[in-house]
Amino acid sequence: MKPFALASLLAGLLLAGGVHASAADHVHASHGWIRVLPGTLPAGAYVTLQNDGDQPVALNGARSTVYADVMLHRSSTEGGMSRMAMVDTLDIPAHGQAALAPAGYHLMLMQPGTPVKPGDTVTLTLTFTDGSTLPVDFVARPANAMDAGDHSAH
Amino acid sequence: MTIPDFRMKPHHAWRCAVLLLLLAVGSVLGGCRDQTLPLRLTNISGHMPDLDFQLTDDHGKTVTGADYRGKVVLLYFGYTHCPDVCPLTLAQLHVVMQRLGPQADDARILFVSVDPTRDTPEVMHAYVNAFDPRAVGLTGSARAVEALSKRYRSAFTRGPDAGNGAYEVSHSSAIYVFDRDGRARVLATPAASRDDLVHDLHLLLATGAQP
Repeated sequence: MKPFALASLLAGLLLAGGVHASAADHVHASHGWIRVLPGTLPAGAYVTLQNDGDQPVALNGARSTVYADVMLHRSSTEGGMSRMAMVDTLDIPAHGQAALAPAGYHLMLMQPGTPVKPGDTVTLTLTFTDGSTLPVDFVARPANAMDAGDHSAH
Repeated sequence: MTIPDFRMKPHHAWRCAVLLLLLAVGSVLGGCRDQTLPLRLTNISGHMPDLDFQLTDDHGKTVTGADYRGKVVLLYFGYTHCPDVCPLTLAQLHVVMQRLGPQADDARILFVSVDPTRDTPEVMHAYVNAFDPRAVGLTGSARAVEALSKRYRSAFTRGPDAGNGAYEVSHSSAIYVFDRDGRARVLATPAASRDDLVHDLHLLLATGAQP
């Protein structure tokens, strides 16, 4: 590539970046928590995501240094049957919010490299469809917790 | 109202009716328990068979439905590799048990695994105790689990292997409540009001054979 072409491309990219901030720049996460189960059983992670941007954004998963595998899932109960299915994305509307909450959307965390105990804080890096990422702290809660607890509620 | 038991002598039926009247005006509970309790959740009295099974508990001991006579039983089917709905339901049942206070000692949560391949008694023991000390994990042969599931018209299906040995299980979300005599009384869904479940459990704990 000729130097001029490269410079133009870089300028273009910088300009594009300046005009359209990434999804992660507009998303605020709160009430992040993990329901810790015994041993190496898969755990569910929950969080509320607020999008203050003018464009909808879409979450497509998360990465973790603690869990080998993280998947975006959705539970549903229809006709008296509970099911869990993998989903590709969760949309967060412009100036709106989306919640990952029990019995709905959640991140399924599998194969913890080190044991996670209630009270621990685990950072999960949320990933969006535009490639941007957002590191979020999740508090580990006991199996029988109902929500994020006082720790992150205030 | 109710149809008196046909085996009941006329004067007993009359006494029963008087007692029902007392119940209706909010008086104390007692006797006359059949299908007449003012249960708030779906009343399945007389519509589902008594509690009966032979499975292995989370201490590795063979147990039957008869071992839980004298206790009010909450029966729920699930599996431990279920990170969302099963733990949520068990956490909700733990809150309900806490609200019952010391009376909860006369109630048991029976969590039956529909995934006996992965759910050994050891795995089940750690799992149920993470929720409530009065929860019991039951597992057994695929045939025994299926027999119990079918008995209560509950269903479960195992999904395809995801390639890494992981697979998912769809399962009935209902909670079946049995009285101290092992008779099916209430059908609750995970979305049921906890107030209503606490209310119905109070009624059932005050009814039937005391241990």
